[in-house]
Amino acid sequence: MATHEIAAQESHAHAAPQGFIRKWVFSLDHKVIGLQYYFLALAAVFVGMFLSLLMRIHLIWPTATLPLLGDIRPETYLTLVTMHGTIMVFFVLTTAPQGGFGNYFLPIQIGAPDMAFPVLNMLSFWTTFLGFVVMIAAFFVAGGAPLHGWTGYAPLSALQSAGPGEGLGADLWIISIAIFCIGALMGALNFITTTLDMRAKGMTMMRMPLTCWAWFVTAILGLLAFGVLLSAGILLLMDRNLGTSFFVPLVTVNGQLTGHKGGSPLLWQHLFWFFGHPEVYIAILPAMGMCSQLLSVFSRKPIFGYKAMVYAILAIGFLGFMVWGHHMFMSGMSPYTAFAFSIMTMAIGVPSAIKTFNWLGTLMRGRIRFASPMLFAIGFVSLFVSGGISGPFLAQPVLDIQLHDTYFVPAHFHLIMGVASIFGIFAATYYWFPKMFGRMMSESMARWHFWFSFIGTYAIFMPMHYLGMAGMPRRYAQMTEVSYLLHLIPLQKFITYAAFVTIAGQLIFVVNLFWSMFKGPKASDNPWEATTLEWTTATPPPHDNFGGHTPVVHNGPYEYSVPGAPRDYVMQSDPEIKAAH
Amino acid sequence: MATFSTTATVDDPRVLLGDDGVLPPVRGGGGDDGFGLPDYATRLRRARLGLLVALTPVLMLFVSFSSAYVVRQGLPTLDPRTNTLVRDWIPVTLPKLLLINTGVLILSSVFMELARRQIKGQATRVPPASASEVSAGDQTRIPWLSMTIVLGLAFLFGQWAAWRQLAANGFYVATTPSSSFVYLLTGTHAIHLMGGVLALFVAGIASLLRRSVATRSIVVDVTAWYWHFMAGLWIYILCLLEFAS
Repeated sequence: MATHEIAAQESHAHAAPQGFIRKWVFSLDHKVIGLQYYFLALAAVFVGMFLSLLMRIHLIWPTATLPLLGDIRPETYLTLVTMHGTIMVFFVLTTAPQGGFGNYFLPIQIGAPDMAFPVLNMLSFWTTFLGFVVMIAAFFVAGGAPLHGWTGYAPLSALQSAGPGEGLGADLWIISIAIFCIGALMGALNFITTTLDMRAKGMTMMRMPLTCWAWFVTAILGLLAFGVLLSAGILLLMDRNLGTSFFVPLVTVNGQLTGHKGGSPLLWQHLFWFFGHPEVYIAILPAMGMCSQLLSVFSRKPIFGYKAMVYAILAIGFLGFMVWGHHMFMSGMSPYTAFAFSIMTMAIGVPSAIKTFNWLGTLMRGRIRFASPMLFAIGFVSLFVSGGISGPFLAQPVLDIQLHDTYFVPAHFHLIMGVASIFGIFAATYYWFPKMFGRMMSESMARWHFWFSFIGTYAIFMPMHYLGMAGMPRRYAQMTEVSYLLHLIPLQKFITYAAFVTIAGQLIFVVNLFWSMFKGPKASDNPWEATTLEWTTATPPPHDNFGGHTPVVHNGPYEYSVPGAPRDYVMQSDPEIKAAH
Repeated sequence: MATFSTTATVDDPRVLLGDDGVLPPVRGGGGDDGFGLPDYATRLRRARLGLLVALTPVLMLFVSFSSAYVVRQGLPTLDPRTNTLVRDWIPVTLPKLLLINTGVLILSSVFMELARRQIKGQATRVPPASASEVSAGDQTRIPWLSMTIVLGLAFLFGQWAAWRQLAANGFYVATTPSSSFVYLLTGTHAIHLMGGVLALFVAGIASLLRRSVATRSIVVDVTAWYWHFMAGLWIYILCLLEFAS
């Protein structure tokens, strides 16, 4: 792949393209590509959110006929579950924090003019876009979208006759994910090469902002994980279409032998979760980096324990590859194996606790500015802690046997991986919007948005823990006829009403985003008085990021409240600072 | 505690990292000197690094296939006629043609290396000022690159012929789990090698278009390392299929 980039590098230093197609569609500029990723994720999140809304409506009014959609049958409900999870995990949580903000700000924050391989960067976006189109196409083929869940467990996902949606729809689902993997791998290649080889003079690894560290480690995770998912997808496609038996044992469908034999559904689970668990960190690490950045900026303090934060990111990335088996405690694995996975899983709590401690240490005695990015960053910490606390419960096999496949699990992962990451995206949006679009977002609308989202999120997901502990199974389309669950229906209703309000609150964000793009007050080059390199350049940044100027870095990324400095912050490119002894 | 100073020296670099400090080299950074076209060495280093990174997921792909191969090999299946667990792994006898193909690929790797050294020598002999200029080339040299392309295509053709032999012997993709893996591993390798052939065509076209020596040298250099990787990977696949079945 890299060889094809040589010619592109030769033309990298040329002037900014003028035509609409080259400037905004097939752009080589990392900033435009970052925006493309961001808006793709924005479109995807609304699709995913709409699907979740339908799920919530169906759960409390299972017999309701919806306008345009008609009745939601149980299999349709499973389709909603599948597509909601897939779209959110791949095209929102993986796309926006890494592809969107990472693409836009990694080169600027390390003082580079662009990504290492701009053509590859463009290709990675359009590959991802194609993956999204193929995924959405699954809704419109005969049989509809698949119903095997975002985890695609075999043999359900491996047999075309397994149910509606498991025909062409499931093929499109697998192909879409395979395409996404290729796009993500191209992106990861660019992130790693750019970070290692294109840092400005003076920008040592240990002077990089934590955002860059997070994007870098996330790229490494992607590089190692997406290849495995791709291999699993290839095997699954072969099982489905070429008659092989990698994942399918001897099974019958409607009393008829399928012709497969000897395959192992657990093999799929191992391959999938070897990707699937690092994927959790692919979603959350960039948010951790972005919120670390913001907590320092808006506390007007250096980040507490920079080195510890870096090593915690590395440790989380490393341990993330050691714990996939905790998703399979129910698969009948040896208790000794389960014990090993359990210990490794709980070990991740150590670097996670270090990060949380350091975030709180950064806030302590800070001169906190409660601007909207800071609200969302604090919200992120809150959600990360709330969602993280239930992790050690699920990490223990004996508890997992009780809690697995109940609402406790979606409550856990939505808080820690889903909404926490989304809060990171919101925080980053409010923080970097002035740099990206040259205008400020409405602060009052942002605050309304925060409180709707923050309270709404807790109102939706905290009761789910209780539902799970009370034994309410997840993925079931209808529970209004199950006697032992009837007393929990009011709680389900409450969750659905909370979801209505929370989703309505997101409209405030959308209005604010698009209104501010055109009507927001003009932003200065450094409205937050931050120190990293993106705030040293014009707003929005020029084509080559620094207007022909080559930045030289003299300082760390979080030099706030430095005694003797003319301001309460020292830019990374400012003259060097000295220690007072 | 850090204080602000406008001096250009760093007395205590630990202050550069906030509260707990580290000792970063003052120079640091791996980037370019400027924002123009990077020099030859920088471009070569970047391209090699990119390749190294790009090979990682390829490696992971084959590691996944290998682990699936080992796991699937040991799995029993239920025989519905006898209602007993049996093994359905029937080893495939690999066509002898694969050994010839292996020789062809190793030879192509040797030629690729000679091509790499040839053009690298050409690039380093060109004065730095004109390294990125159009090269007239040296038509009297042995066309190692073309010979590599020919051998690469011969290998792919040989693989195709080996698959035909397998099919003629009754081993199709879904015949047995082992035949599934033979087609999977050899097919995936062939697709990756096609990428290498494509890259060599790009280098050849660059030569025909009289692009700079530097550009051609980088393309050939990176492709050469990719090619060697593919050769090594093929030997690994062959050993896996032959000795681990």
